[in-house]
Amino acid sequence: MEIPSIVGAGLIVIGAGVGIGRIGGSAMDAIARQPEASGKIQTAMLIAAALIEGIGFAALFAG
Amino acid sequence: MQNKLFVTIITITIFLFNFNSFAQHKEHENESEEIDLKEEIKEDIQHHLLDSHDFTFFTDSETGKHYGFPLPVILLDNGLQVFSSSKFHHGETVAENNGNYYKLYHNKIYKTDPNGSIELDEHNHPTNAKPLDFSITKSVVMIMVTGILMLLLFGGLAKSFGKGPIAKGAGRFFEPIVLYIRDDIAKPNIGDPQYKKYMPYLLTIFFFVWFLNLFGLTPLGVNVTGNIAITFALAMLTFVITQFSGNKNYWKHIFWMPGVPWPMKIILAPIELLGVFIKPFALMIRLYANIMAGHIVLMSIIGLMFIFKNWIGSSMTFFLAFALSLLELLVAALQAYIFTMLSALYFGFAVEEHEHEEAH
Repeated sequence: MEIPSIVGAGLIVIGAGVGIGRIGGSAMDAIARQPEASGKIQTAMLIAAALIEGIGFAALFAG
Repeated sequence: MQNKLFVTIITITIFLFNFNSFAQHKEHENESEEIDLKEEIKEDIQHHLLDSHDFTFFTDSETGKHYGFPLPVILLDNGLQVFSSSKFHHGETVAENNGNYYKLYHNKIYKTDPNGSIELDEHNHPTNAKPLDFSITKSVVMIMVTGILMLLLFGGLAKSFGKGPIAKGAGRFFEPIVLYIRDDIAKPNIGDPQYKKYMPYLLTIFFFVWFLNLFGLTPLGVNVTGNIAITFALAMLTFVITQFSGNKNYWKHIFWMPGVPWPMKIILAPIELLGVFIKPFALMIRLYANIMAGHIVLMSIIGLMFIFKNWIGSSMTFFLAFALSLLELLVAALQAYIFTMLSALYFGFAVEEHEHEEAH
């Protein structure tokens, strides 16, 4: 049986969602621990989230 | 007071249910009409996402009249062919210019015979000749408008510093953003003496992308940054600037990574080389997909308003569309920020000086 490629894209999007969720959660923990470093943490969080998001979109377009 | 409120709520609820049952009754009668409506909405969304040769604000579907203005068409086909896009009549008729005939097919211009026949091959792609198209399309108009707007805003901002230490007018809003890009994006990512060279590019790209994203949310119905050709051009600029400002260390880190054993160096070189091309590719896809997805979702939800033919559904979709518009406002700024941020990061990789090679 052939599995449609959109299923793979969906799996990747699930992975990307979990990844971004974990980044967000960890950033929250880090900000709670060190509120004075929140600016730096937010920047790093956004970059990491953007990189994962790129993979998610690439998968959507390939799928 | 409490009683009055209670009565009002009850009255409204009864009214809502009444309308609801009315609407449901009607829905069963015109089921085929509803499928037509869905098709129409789908077509509308697809039309909105594409670039077009005329600037149409809206179309009256009953009279078939388009409200908007035509734009110049510039073709390179046996010399320059310049004519107004009103000759196409929104793709319905064949345009004639200097004895050449052109027709719009899916928003692309093809050369045809006087009857305007388009021959399709087995994949439904037209086989007609395609002249080189340099037309001023809707996206090009918006890019020009944004360019002029930026020139006025930031030219004024720069000039106002000649008169005193404080910016005047709209510059008061934009000055902190300029400083933010300098102090929080350029300086930490690129490094202190080198960042000055890249500031003009970073500022331009940030405000260009941000303004175009915001224009996409206005009722003008433009979708410029959700067009892959434009994000490709932007990403290409970042790619070219990164490669041309790459110093010895940058290329060394790509082809012969210091600080790792030699078998690893051989494995890492192709991966790093691939990364050079993946970086701008991801930049292109990220901006395009985010804006495109935002437009599709927003338009679908607005389309839902017409499919729900009752009070509750339509008002709920209205609030959903409103909330989503606010989210898109955030995404517009966030995507501009991320594009600038990652560009700065890549420039930083290219100009980085490594004094402590062993520390890696």
